[in-house]
Amino acid sequence: MSGQDSNDLAKGRRVHVTGLLTSAFTAISRKAHAHGIERNINFKMQFMLLFSRQGKLRLQKWYVPLSDTQKKKISREVIQMVLARKPKMCSFLEWRDLKIVYKRYASLYFCCAVEDQENELITLEIIHRYVELLDKYFGSVCELDIIFNFEKAYYILDEFILGGEAQETSKKNVLKAIEQADMLQEEAETPRSVLEEIGLT
Amino acid sequence: MTPSVRLQEMIRVIRSARTQGEERGIIQRECADIRAQFRQGDNGERSHSLAKLLYVHMLGYPAHFGQMECVRLIASPRYSEKRIGYLGAMMLLDEKQDASLLITNSIKNDLSHSSQYVQSLALCTLACMGSAEMCRDLAPEIERLLRASNSYIKKKATLCAVHIIRKVPELAELFTPTARSLLSEKNHGVLHGAVVLITELCERNPDTLNQFRKAVPELVQIMKGLVTSSYSPEHNVAGISDPFLQVRILRLLRILGHNNETASDAMNDLLAQVATNTDSSKTAGSAVLYETVLTIMDINSESGLRVLAVNILGRFLLNNDRNIRYISMTSLQKIVQTDHNAVQRHRGTIVDCLKDQDTSVKRRALELSLALVSAVNIRSMMKELLIFLSTCPPELRSQTASGIFNAAERYSPSKRWHIDTILHVLTTAGGDVRDETVPNLIQLITTASELHCYTVHKLYRALVKDISQQSLVQVACWCIGEYGDLLLKGECEEIEPVQVTEDDVLDALETVLQSHMSSPATRGFALTSTMKLSTRITDNVDRIRSIVSIYGSCIDLELQQRAVEYNALFKKYDHMRAAVLERMPVMDKNSPGHTNGDTSGEIKEPDPSKPKPVEAGLLAEPASQVCDLLDLLGGTDTPIQPNPAPASTATTTSSADLLDLLGGLEPTPVLQTVTVTVYEKNGLSLKIQCDRQTETEVTVTLISSNSTQTDITNFNLQAAVPKSVQLQMKAPSGNVIPAHGLGQVTQTVLLNNPNKVSLKMRIRVSYSNQGAVHQDTVQIDSFPSPASQPSISPL
Repeated sequence: MSGQDSNDLAKGRRVHVTGLLTSAFTAISRKAHAHGIERNINFKMQFMLLFSRQGKLRLQKWYVPLSDTQKKKISREVIQMVLARKPKMCSFLEWRDLKIVYKRYASLYFCCAVEDQENELITLEIIHRYVELLDKYFGSVCELDIIFNFEKAYYILDEFILGGEAQETSKKNVLKAIEQADMLQEEAETPRSVLEEIGLT
Repeated sequence: MTPSVRLQEMIRVIRSARTQGEERGIIQRECADIRAQFRQGDNGERSHSLAKLLYVHMLGYPAHFGQMECVRLIASPRYSEKRIGYLGAMMLLDEKQDASLLITNSIKNDLSHSSQYVQSLALCTLACMGSAEMCRDLAPEIERLLRASNSYIKKKATLCAVHIIRKVPELAELFTPTARSLLSEKNHGVLHGAVVLITELCERNPDTLNQFRKAVPELVQIMKGLVTSSYSPEHNVAGISDPFLQVRILRLLRILGHNNETASDAMNDLLAQVATNTDSSKTAGSAVLYETVLTIMDINSESGLRVLAVNILGRFLLNNDRNIRYISMTSLQKIVQTDHNAVQRHRGTIVDCLKDQDTSVKRRALELSLALVSAVNIRSMMKELLIFLSTCPPELRSQTASGIFNAAERYSPSKRWHIDTILHVLTTAGGDVRDETVPNLIQLITTASELHCYTVHKLYRALVKDISQQSLVQVACWCIGEYGDLLLKGECEEIEPVQVTEDDVLDALETVLQSHMSSPATRGFALTSTMKLSTRITDNVDRIRSIVSIYGSCIDLELQQRAVEYNALFKKYDHMRAAVLERMPVMDKNSPGHTNGDTSGEIKEPDPSKPKPVEAGLLAEPASQVCDLLDLLGGTDTPIQPNPAPASTATTTSSADLLDLLGGLEPTPVLQTVTVTVYEKNGLSLKIQCDRQTETEVTVTLISSNSTQTDITNFNLQAAVPKSVQLQMKAPSGNVIPAHGLGQVTQTVLLNNPNKVSLKMRIRVSYSNQGAVHQDTVQIDSFPSPASQPSISPL
């Protein structure tokens, strides 16, 4: 950051401290600009990405409004960065003013971008909980399950996380809700195919 | 064939494509199909077509033609269609699209749907992509659901409210009354949402924060319940009961207890309990402990509790898990200022982390190490940091280099050590240092007069070895130019001297001049040095003359100008050459941040009051001096030396300045510096020190210091003077004043008072301390007058 030149001789010049000592510890808000969005509170999860080791996106959930081009650019950058990491490295990356928390499960990388005041360890736990939910739902989930049933992966995520925050901390309750919703969907679809079969539509 | 298989069939076909082109072809066909489906209207196939489209979209292909379909499907009465429609809306629509407004009505209707799963879809979508307008429209609905619904919907409604507040902060008041009552819910999902909501409300409004402080006992109870409860399989993660909720509550407690004695007291016991009883063998436990430590450090906790927290961080630092080490260093960074000694105890481990393989860990360790450098450990720390610099990843190099410079300036035990350190950095990472390094180093060298011989020998050797590092080359050239005679003498106490002939030196300089690696600035340095050597060597003056004349036709304008002027010096003013090219005096020490071992600011910023473009200074001097000398030919024969003060403003030489130079050469009264305190309040004290005073000009330095417990930040002084007086404020040495009087901020002010009115100055002080912004005004009615006898200064 560079200081701004003031032509007004009566004012002293302002400069930004680019020192390495951070200011006194505070959890209270400061304004942050992430991708052109102004944020006062720096705990939020901004997006979650699932991608393969070849960098193919399997799921993307965005909790901040961005255009398609911006999303593509960001995904590409983050994926590249995470894929460049070696196996034993720590699960946290600093990128722009966000923290990227990632973990690899078999052939899939689960990656969350959270704001800089968020607790990284609990984010890891959130990722782990999501994997457990997928596992319970699909029964020993693998990447192909997520590829061929991507919409279900989204439904499960949406039952666990709402607006970037965890909404239900009990595994059982999330899975129960999904089950009920799936039944509702089946009911909505079945009558149609029955009617089709008997040739009424 | 059930419809969903058709989707999976499509996915299979796409995946079997062997080339990108093949895939594109398949996608195009499918999209055409999908478009046809959409046009056909309601036929039960729309949801599956949309699902296919969403898959295609995820692969990166455009899918905007599906946006209206999402809107239509959302409005459908069938759950299966609503479900995929809402998913599509979240994926394809965002608040920037116009189509997003169209779903507002559907969402509104669905919020009151009889099926809670439909309500859930609406809430989810609103919380994910609801624009400010949508939020405003639907806020009353959400508030209603907050009050009267089952827990499944309530928990979603609370998080929806959070989103609404983030988008439209004014609506916070709408949700505040209900939020409090949510804390008595038993359902963990609702409780979690409630805590998040209350956190958001408190962060945005200090009054709400005050209000919710009353809830601290309730929150403490809930936490206690979680920590001491018996095993509950539903919420248990690795032996911790609902770590997600625990972390959120701890965070809310942190916000409520910050800067508040009563609230902090109420939670002390709980925090101690959590800190001692939480099992941190798995990540869940560590997450809770981490949040606890952060909370302890940010509220007014008892010292025993703070010690406990730092010990936990110390334990984390030794953990095998890299993640834990990383977050431990992040937290230590936050408290290194306030609990410096406690963190110092772990310095060894932190320095070891510099050698970790992981860049993230390295980065944390670097920042922390730099914060831990002190006068006591400077030598050993610097050794480690220099080793780190030579092996660190490129993205960290410039940060390391500037950190090393800062540390060296503050704590260097000796000038020689300081110079050695800077040279070491320049040789290792010369390309990553900031531009100010060169003039800083030169200024440092001039002040260390006993080390000139040592320095020039060392630099000559470095130059001969490698001329690619521009900063190093520039400094080396300058030194060789200045102290070439010492180099040629061949004797030196501190370092084994090199037997150097004049030709060797000139060869070295010429190599720099001609090398394609040298930047134009570097070549400028080299040319000027060559010129200076003409008065310091005896045999090869002709060689210098020829070099200089060659560059008289150089394409580079700067070099050409210099060469032409030096040529003129040879031809027409040869009798003055010795005087003009004499040794430079010690540079202006009053420049902020340049006193060795005694800096106040942490800033390295281009300071106009010191001779930043050194070569420009030199350039202007011969020209201005020439005119002076012409005028003074009939005057005194005192040795004319380049005046350091004009050198700093030499970039604006004009005839007016020259006349001033003449004026400046008159004997001016030298004063003993007198310092008077003009302002003292809230721990901030402002002194004014009179540096120079003539009948029409006064130069003062404003010195600010801070005796409070915390640093003063955003410190800014503004000044006003009577109308006929001209004021020029130089840049301050910084805008952070360290606490406990550990450092000062200085700012030089020049006052020009041609009408000789009585000098008054009003100064407005503004700064932040402990989160509060302060502003004050002080009037100075009389300036400290000179105390001692005027004496003639050999300027």
